[in-house]
Amino acid sequence: MKGIHMGYKTIIGLEVHVELKTDSKMFCSCSADYFGQEPNSHTCPVCLGLPGALPVPNQKAIEWCVKIGLALNCDIPMFSKFDRKNYFYPDLPKGYQISQYDQPFCVNGHITLESGKKIGITRVHMEEDTAKLLHQFENQKSETKNQNYSLIDFNRSGVPLVEIVTEPDFETADEVKEYLQKLQQIVRYLDVSNADMEKGNMRLEPNISLHKITNRQPATGNRLPPYKVEVKNINSFAFVGKAIDYEIKRQAEILEQGETPLQETRGFVEKTSSTVSQRIKEEANDYRYFPEPDIPPVCWTETQILSLKSRMPELPDKKIKRFEKEYSLPKADSLTLTKDRETADYFEEAVSSGKNHNLTAKQVANYLINKKINITEILPAKLIGEIVKSSKTNDVNPEELKEIVRKILKDNPQVTADYKKGKGSVIQFIIGQVMYILRKKIDTEVLRKLILEELK
Amino acid sequence: MKLSHLSIKQAKKGLKEKQFSSVDLLNSCFEEIKKRNTNLNVFLTLSEKEATEQAKKADKLIANRQDLPLLGIPIALKDLFSTKGIRTTAASKVLDDYIPPYDATVVKKLKNAGAVIVGKANCDAWAHGSSGENSDFGPTKNPWNEAYIPGGSSSGSAVSVTAGMALAATGTDTGGSIRLPASFTNTVGIKPTYGRVSRYGIIAMASSLDSIGHFTKTVEDSASLLNVTAGKDELDATTPPVEVLDYAKDLNKGVKGLKIGIPKEYFIEGLDKKIKEEIEKAIKFYEKEGAQIIDISLPNTEYAIATYYIIQPAEVSSNLARYDGIRFGNARETFGDEAKRRIMLGTFTLSVGYYDAYYKKAMRVRTLIKQDFDNAFEKVDAIIAPVSPTMPWKLGEKVNDPLKMYLSDVFAAPINLAGIPGLSVPIGFIDGLPVGMQILGPHFSESLLFRIGQHYEINHNWHERNPYGL
Repeated sequence: MKGIHMGYKTIIGLEVHVELKTDSKMFCSCSADYFGQEPNSHTCPVCLGLPGALPVPNQKAIEWCVKIGLALNCDIPMFSKFDRKNYFYPDLPKGYQISQYDQPFCVNGHITLESGKKIGITRVHMEEDTAKLLHQFENQKSETKNQNYSLIDFNRSGVPLVEIVTEPDFETADEVKEYLQKLQQIVRYLDVSNADMEKGNMRLEPNISLHKITNRQPATGNRLPPYKVEVKNINSFAFVGKAIDYEIKRQAEILEQGETPLQETRGFVEKTSSTVSQRIKEEANDYRYFPEPDIPPVCWTETQILSLKSRMPELPDKKIKRFEKEYSLPKADSLTLTKDRETADYFEEAVSSGKNHNLTAKQVANYLINKKINITEILPAKLIGEIVKSSKTNDVNPEELKEIVRKILKDNPQVTADYKKGKGSVIQFIIGQVMYILRKKIDTEVLRKLILEELK
Repeated sequence: MKLSHLSIKQAKKGLKEKQFSSVDLLNSCFEEIKKRNTNLNVFLTLSEKEATEQAKKADKLIANRQDLPLLGIPIALKDLFSTKGIRTTAASKVLDDYIPPYDATVVKKLKNAGAVIVGKANCDAWAHGSSGENSDFGPTKNPWNEAYIPGGSSSGSAVSVTAGMALAATGTDTGGSIRLPASFTNTVGIKPTYGRVSRYGIIAMASSLDSIGHFTKTVEDSASLLNVTAGKDELDATTPPVEVLDYAKDLNKGVKGLKIGIPKEYFIEGLDKKIKEEIEKAIKFYEKEGAQIIDISLPNTEYAIATYYIIQPAEVSSNLARYDGIRFGNARETFGDEAKRRIMLGTFTLSVGYYDAYYKKAMRVRTLIKQDFDNAFEKVDAIIAPVSPTMPWKLGEKVNDPLKMYLSDVFAAPINLAGIPGLSVPIGFIDGLPVGMQILGPHFSESLLFRIGQHYEINHNWHERNPYGL
């Protein structure tokens, strides 16, 4: 009964921020690579928000944002613009964030889960990251009044961020996890972000609420609950499920008592796997959005969009299907080999050079998967050599093999009996015994055929 | 004639012919500054040391027969222009001790052209105002009559030129802030097409309206200065890659055959009778010189000031958010009354529930105002209109009536809403105070405006007068 907790339907929407790995920041030429750098070493008048400085948009970041949109099956409106989102916070040097409000780069997309369920994507838009605050708390009393202070590191200020907002289509934590894995995989396939949650390249904020299931009001109804709870500070895939499950339980308990949970922002606490209240939103924030006057609107031409489309790499879903068909691989192998673009490319290159040695795609796949080959350590052509060599050096005289198999069958009469009853697993047992006797690895396919013959 | 009252053209000739040095020229400016700055309150910061070094360097280059467009010419900068290592306050106490770590693009261009930076000129704080009285460092006085305001917001820049403290000065024009003080001080003021000159490094007032221009004594100087400052800037996304022509090339082509439009909405009841007479004289002059005078209408003019006072404060409220008290040392209560007024107005009109009724509607009217001009320029080459409905007023006269102050922008602000260029040229004196007219043209038609202005100037020579008869 996943997704339903004591008569409630769970409704989850997701906001994901993906930090792009462009060389320079969104609106200036500072390096966007801030991770582990000396604080405030990647700054200039623009990303420090100094008086008079102006933003100039990063063309590559905009193209990458549109690529993400295309990969998520979005429509790309021909007209788009940047807007200012006004609010005060010490990590926001201009007093506003340049973002997109009512005319984002991409709208109306979706991701299809394995179950066939479609998760709607409302929009994909471009914005800039904020600076980083470092809070220092020192309790010791000293002659100066206050030892508590906060430091600001502007290296992250202005790094390009893409925000991907879904419809409230998720019903379980597992769906959320699957969506996130797919999204991460797509973004990495596009090679536009490292999408590393631990490093903060990918950040997510689920909105969670529960809906009571009654007879009169079916759970499939479109009405949303009168509240939602946003959860922040989830910085690992492992915590997504924990945070969501905790919230479902917490909210259900409140609803059980006949009350409505508060509309609020909560923070996930790793230590206790729970969430705590951070900020209660009584009303929506008024960000006083208005069109960014420092940046002219973006108007695409058909040609530009077509050119972007033509430069899109093959995406995971398509590649999985192609691998199944083109290489006659089972789905499980296809999934493993397409996990990332590097592995998939490696496999295809290996298959291609394996052809000269009469190796089938399946043989290459097996070797790659079973031996857990580290593709960064060995070139595909060399790998093929290894496969060929391994099957050659372990060539055992078929007569000798036959002898051994016969002996095993003789010593273990119940094996033949079990096999006749339909117990196919006995073959694995015999293979194990042969290996044990020979003390070396051999081509199991050859051996299997031989055993089957003897069992007849 | 005192050196500091020379035009750029005259000074360049003198420098080239070794009649005087750049240091002499600079010293002449500083003599005037030292004599009158305490009283007139023109400069907030002087960069005498740096200027002297620049002048010496210029003299060396001149001695080596090198030439640059502004080599050795002393220029003042409105205190909105970021200058590396030189205090830049926007005439607000909020930035009382702010020293920028970088030069605005225009400052860089001026320096590269050999200009000598005299100092930072007073203005209305954050360029909010039409009189110069909103400066947190006290108002600038009009040297033609010190009881009067010189016009704003680029008050100090205009006065520095007319009082012979610099040969030219930069300014910004968001709703008349160059053309109005030019008209009130007998100087030539150019508000170029929006985006013609980079805004990078110039403290923003209202980003979609801010135009970067300058004050000079003559039209020709104005054109040659624009030759230096204009052009696409990689650091300002609103500067289009429109070619920079030699703005001085067509100066002396006259006005024969040009169609000049006179918009009836600019000659309404509130217009000072004497100003009207002076403008009409100028129009007659052009007619006599062979221009065709055509009556036109800009029907949405009456909505311009309301539209302007919605869009401008909205952008101001956002642009001033960065002065949050964390990084520039002074808290937000340090803002003066006018800045606070605009922050509140803008915050209100951008708020949920009001945005559609105010900001969005104002943007629609702005489009209509633009279309008015587009339609007019199908019939005429240029337009002539008054800059201000009134003559300079007395210091203190309007400070308690912000609305009255706002109305002085009534003929200037529509030009910013449309983004077209405007040139203010002196056309005489009324009761001892100067008055100017504005010449308007289509986007990027600055060459034409200079040509029309030049023809008036060389036949009237008002620019030869200065308040001290020097």
